[in-house]
Parts: sequence; structure tokens; C-alpha cells
Amino acid sequence: MRANKSMRLIFLAAALFALPYLATAQQGEIHVGKVTGRSDAGRQLYFRFCWGCHGFRGDGNGENGPYLNILPRNFVAATFKCRSTPTGTLPTDEDLYNSVGRGFNNSNMPAWISLTKQQRADMVAFIKTFSPRWKTDKPGDIINVPAEPALTLDSVKHGKELFTKLECWKCHGAEGRGDGPSASTLTDSNDQPIRPYNFAEGSRFKCGTTNHDLYKIFMTGLDGTPMPSFADVIKPEDAWDLVHYLRTLQVTHKSPELALWMSTKEGAEFVKAQKVSGTPTGSGIKQ
Amino acid sequence: MFHGASSSMTRRMSWLASSLICGFLVLAFLLIDSRVASALPIPAGKVYAIPAFARKYGMPCSACHEAWPKLNNFGQMFKDNGYQLGNDRDAPIFQQPAYWPIALRMTPNWHRESFDRADIANPGTGNTPTEGQLTTHGFDLSGMDILTAGTLAKNISFLLVPSADNTGAFHFESANVRFSNLFNSGWVNVKVGKFELDNIISEKRILTLSRNGGLYRNYHFQPATEIPAMFAAPFIFGLGDNQLGAELSGHSKNDYTRYSAALLSSNDGNVGLPNGHGYDTFLTFSQAFEAGSLGLQRVGVFGYIGRAPTYLAGGALGVDGFGQKSFYRAGFYGLWYIKKLDFATLYIHASDNAFLGTGTPSFDPLPAGARSPIWNGGLIETHYTVNPQFILINRYELIRMSRQALPIDGANGFLPGVSVPSSNFGDIDALTFAYRYYPFISSRAGFAFHNEYSWVRQRGVSPLLSRDLTSSSVFLGFDFIF
Repeated sequence: MRANKSMRLIFLAAALFALPYLATAQQGEIHVGKVTGRSDAGRQLYFRFCWGCHGFRGDGNGENGPYLNILPRNFVAATFKCRSTPTGTLPTDEDLYNSVGRGFNNSNMPAWISLTKQQRADMVAFIKTFSPRWKTDKPGDIINVPAEPALTLDSVKHGKELFTKLECWKCHGAEGRGDGPSASTLTDSNDQPIRPYNFAEGSRFKCGTTNHDLYKIFMTGLDGTPMPSFADVIKPEDAWDLVHYLRTLQVTHKSPELALWMSTKEGAEFVKAQKVSGTPTGSGIKQ
Repeated sequence: MFHGASSSMTRRMSWLASSLICGFLVLAFLLIDSRVASALPIPAGKVYAIPAFARKYGMPCSACHEAWPKLNNFGQMFKDNGYQLGNDRDAPIFQQPAYWPIALRMTPNWHRESFDRADIANPGTGNTPTEGQLTTHGFDLSGMDILTAGTLAKNISFLLVPSADNTGAFHFESANVRFSNLFNSGWVNVKVGKFELDNIISEKRILTLSRNGGLYRNYHFQPATEIPAMFAAPFIFGLGDNQLGAELSGHSKNDYTRYSAALLSSNDGNVGLPNGHGYDTFLTFSQAFEAGSLGLQRVGVFGYIGRAPTYLAGGALGVDGFGQKSFYRAGFYGLWYIKKLDFATLYIHASDNAFLGTGTPSFDPLPAGARSPIWNGGLIETHYTVNPQFILINRYELIRMSRQALPIDGANGFLPGVSVPSSNFGDIDALTFAYRYYPFISSRAGFAFHNEYSWVRQRGVSPLLSRDLTSSSVFLGFDFIF
């Protein structure tokens, strides 16, 4: 009897000692698939790879900040462009993990794909320590992306109508070159000038390369930029039509959508007028 | 400073003086920089000067270098991608017009070199050569590298490295153009010019700098019997030497899988075709794999097959190399990470044709009993990266002759073209300890305080009596790149 009581006391004491440790461990951990990222390991990686742009405090004010024309992410503000969650909410750990591995094509942020999965997960765990938002808020619910409907000419044409109706052209321009009438007035949440995406030049979007990624971009919006979420404005089937049309604006990138569009007289003329000449890096050069 | 065998007191004084100077430099450095040292690992410097890639992309040295100049996998991928990160910022059009991709590297230093059995001709004792200890020490300069590299256009990059020895005499260490991502694939890249062989354990990014420790012995070893006879062409080759040629290479998206195949002019990287004609081949393949929290591990194989002339012939209009004979180097390596501790391991097996191994022109008969020399070598280099600002380095190399080019005759010393004194003649053991401390890490300039001790023993090669020759180096340097 006495032995049982002693054992219970020992277990109680052990649990009391272990609790703070477990709480700390969980606070600094994230899970991406089977990988568990730890902030203490991520800290060392951050101060090896990231601080030059994102700063010692994660506020995006690293020593290179003044020289970058797209400012590094401010992790203290915890506003993230690439999410699978509704606008205004925090992204999932997987969203951040994917961003680290993918990089951002039109900024100085490279793809850290040469780091191991463990290292990328550790980095994400540490990045989350910069903002108190991660303690008070939870990531939003992952938006549902319905299956992509079959590509048809009607879908592309309907997408073209939506492009006009939703006034995408005001920023992205009628040809998708990022030169719409509002383009020069746009600023991001840091009051820095920001240029809309130029479909004619790029093959990669800010948050991925697939139709699925493009669908997510205008259903979640790019928080911190003027690109809003259209989740409450258009139906999913309309969003897919818009995706199909936007693909045809990528005139330097082969895609089924572009091929289908070019098989029509209207599409062929439209694409011919959009073709960019010059060097592969000839930003903004028109025929 | 010369010493006879009997002047042990003088030797002790010399060592004492060297030690005092070493200690003074270390102490002075630590005192000057104690504030920064206490701030580890957060970089404390605010430097606004700009080296080439760091200023282009705005990343600290530590992003690409485990500890500068040793590359990590991200840096290796950047290099393998033609000095490109793969985003919009790669092409020169995105750089400010004033951007000039140039960096300068040099290392003012104090060093001490000692040989236990040097041949010493001392006019003070009758000028008769004797074997004895030779020790020199003092303040000195390293050579200087001017590193220019970058992209000429998207997927077309260049590297140009005019390099001077410590007297200021220049040569081109590297000069090449690279066409990357041909056919929109990372698996097809072509480089032409003078370049470092695709050695993952890179001698050009070696972390040790002293006379003894500043090279990989296994990359340069040639049997001591390869002393050219009359009319024979000198045969000099090193896997660590930059070579002239063209290289086809490729890699997976994350650089875990890599290959390269190079066709090289067999001149050991010397310009002007000193060997006339002839081509070599170098092949590599490596595969990296993840080992959880331990880090990224990599294993690879390599093989170099070459031919070299045994004699030269020609006149005022030029010289060509004849009597071509073959040689090869082959092996495998591994990069093993256990978090902050990592090991680079290498095994190499090599052989030279008997004519090359004995320095005999092919029109002459081989010396009696001559055979192709064969040897095996290995190294293990250990790093403990305390943080991006501080790394400890240790390396042990060994080379063992498994077959001598000339017959063994224990009664005599080494007789060139006739015999060697023992089966282990020329064997090498080399040991190096070093640390590098980077007082600041920035995206603008690099600076390291470097302290190193290196020791080498080679069997039977003392210049007069064919005894073991041992040498040691102590090196304290201020390694900077700007």
C-alpha cells in the first residue's frame, strides 16, 4: 500500500517536471507530413540563410532591405501571400513549408529546395516564433478546391468575359501584361509600389505553377498586396473558367489552354498580337 | 634560419620565439574582438562594401558556404545552376548598371615552416651539403585571387580568375563560359575553358591554407620515381589542378543527383599546349540523400583517364609530345553529416604507366625490373561547425605505394632510374588541425582569422640520405575577400 502511494508520488512529481518541457517543445514544433520541425534547430538555420534579408528580428528589415525592390516578408506582422486559407487568416504550416521550398520567382527569395525536408520544416517552426499572432490565432480552414472541369473553348471564352467583368484588366492590363490603368498606382501593405503579375512573361505564378495553384490565388487573395480574394464573388466553376483563360495569356508558355485558344481564329490573332519579341529577359519589350 | 644537427639549443629558442609570436597574435586578436566574440552567433558587422555574388543576391556568405569558402548544398546548387538562383534576379538586366561582379581575396599571414632533414649547404661550415633541420618563420603574404563571375545573360555565365603568386606574377587560374539548362533541362549544361574538375571535395574551396595543409596530397601525388631522364618530358598532373577543356554536366532540381563528363586537353591546365596534343577524360557521379535531423549525406565516384607524352620533339615552329602513355586516378568519396559535425572521406586508387613512372622516354628501354607504379590513398576531413562564424577543422591523409616503379634495393638509397630503398618509399602521412573564426558575417565582405598547424611525413625522400622527411607548418592568417 505504502509502495503504491510512493509510486504515485513519483509519477506525479515526474509529470510536474515534464509538463513545462512538453509545453515548450510543442510550442516550438510544427508538423509537415511525417516531418516535425523544431524552432531551436530552425534558429540556427535562420541565422545562416535568412537574416540578411528578413533581419535579426524577422521584421523584413535585414541589411539588404533597402536594396530590394520587393521587400522581404515581415514575419512579425505574420501576413502571408501564399496560403490555402481564407484571406486575413494565418496560413498552414504546409503553406509556409511550400513557400520556402518554392521561392518567389519575381523577388530575391530563392527556392530553398536544396535544403533537406527537415531543415525546411525547422525553418518554418522558427519563423513562427517571430509573431505573437501564432499564439493567439489559428490558421484558417483550408479552402476547398473542387476538381478541375474539362477544358473547353466555352470555358476559355467565359473566362475572358469574367476577366473583363471582374475588372482584372484594370491592374493586369487587357493583354495580361501587368500594365493596366491602375498598375502604376498600386502599393502593398508597406506602402511600397507593387507591380501586378505579367502573364505574358511568366511561366510561374507567385504561389505555384499549376492550375490548382492559380485557382487558390484568386480564391484566397494575396494578403498584403492589392490582389483581393474572389471567394465571395465568383462561383467555383467560374473560377476554373477564369483559370483557363488566364493560361492563354501566358503566350510564352506552352499549355493545353493556349493550344486550344490558338486553334480558333480569334485566339490566334489575339495571341499573335501579344507575342513578345526581344531577349528572354526583355522585360516590357513589345512588338 | 639554418641549423646544424647539433644546435638543439638554437632550435629550442627558435620554437620558443615562434610560440611567443603565435600566442601574442592570438591574444591580440581575441582582445581586440572580445565584444564580437561574445555576441556569437548573431553577426555584428555592418559592412557596406560588396563581394560578387553576395552583393548581387543580398545573401550572407553563410547562405552558400558551410564556412567560407567551403560550399554547402545550396551553394553547390547555385554553382551547378550556372551561378543562378533560378528566379528573375539572375539575369544582368536586373542589376544596377554600376554592378561589377568582382571580388579580391588575399591572406596576410605569419607562418613557420620546418623540415627535419633538409639538404643544407652552409658556407659557414665549408659548404658541404648535409642533412639537418631547416626552419623559417616570419610575416608573409599569400597569393591573390581576383574572382570575377556571374551571368552574361540568362543561362550563360562566366568565371574569370586572374591569380597572382605572392610576388605578383599573374596567371589565369580559371577562365570559362558556361551554357546552363540547355533544352530547358538542368541535366544538360556545357562549360568550356579552364575550370576546376568537378571535385565535390574541392581543393579550391579548401579550409586549410598553410604550405603543408593547403592542398590535398591525394589530388597531387606522383611517385617519387617520376624524375624525367634525359630527353624525357616532365610528367606533372594533379586532380586538384584546374584543367583546360569542355565539361558536360547535369543535376536534379535539388542537386541531390549530379554527374559530369569532361574532355580535357592533357596539359595539366597549362596554356600554349606544352604537351602538343592529347586528351584526357574525367567522369563523376554523386547522389545525396536525407538522413532526418542528421542532415544531407552524399556519396560519389570519380575517374580520370589520361595520356601524357614521354618525350617532346619539335623546333622553332612548335613542339609536340610523343610516346603517349596512360595513367589513371579513380575513387569514391562521401560527405557525412551528423548535425554540426561532418566528415569528408575519400579513397583513391591510381596508377601510371611504367614509362611515366620511371621518367623514361618511350624510345628508350625501360630500366631493368621497371613496372607501372600503383598506389592507394585516402583522407578523412572532419569539421565541427560551431556556428556560421566558427569552424574547427581536422584532416588526416595517407598515401601508400602498393607497387613501386623500380626494383627494391635496401642496400642503397634511392637511385633514380635504378632502384628504390624500400616498398614504402614515397608513402605519405599528413595531419592538419585548424580553426577559422569569422568575426562578422555579412552579404558584403568576408573575413576570417585563420590558425593552423600541419604536419607531413614522406618515407625515404630526404634529399641526401633517403631517410624519412618530415615537415611542419604553423600558419596564422587574416583571410579576407572583398
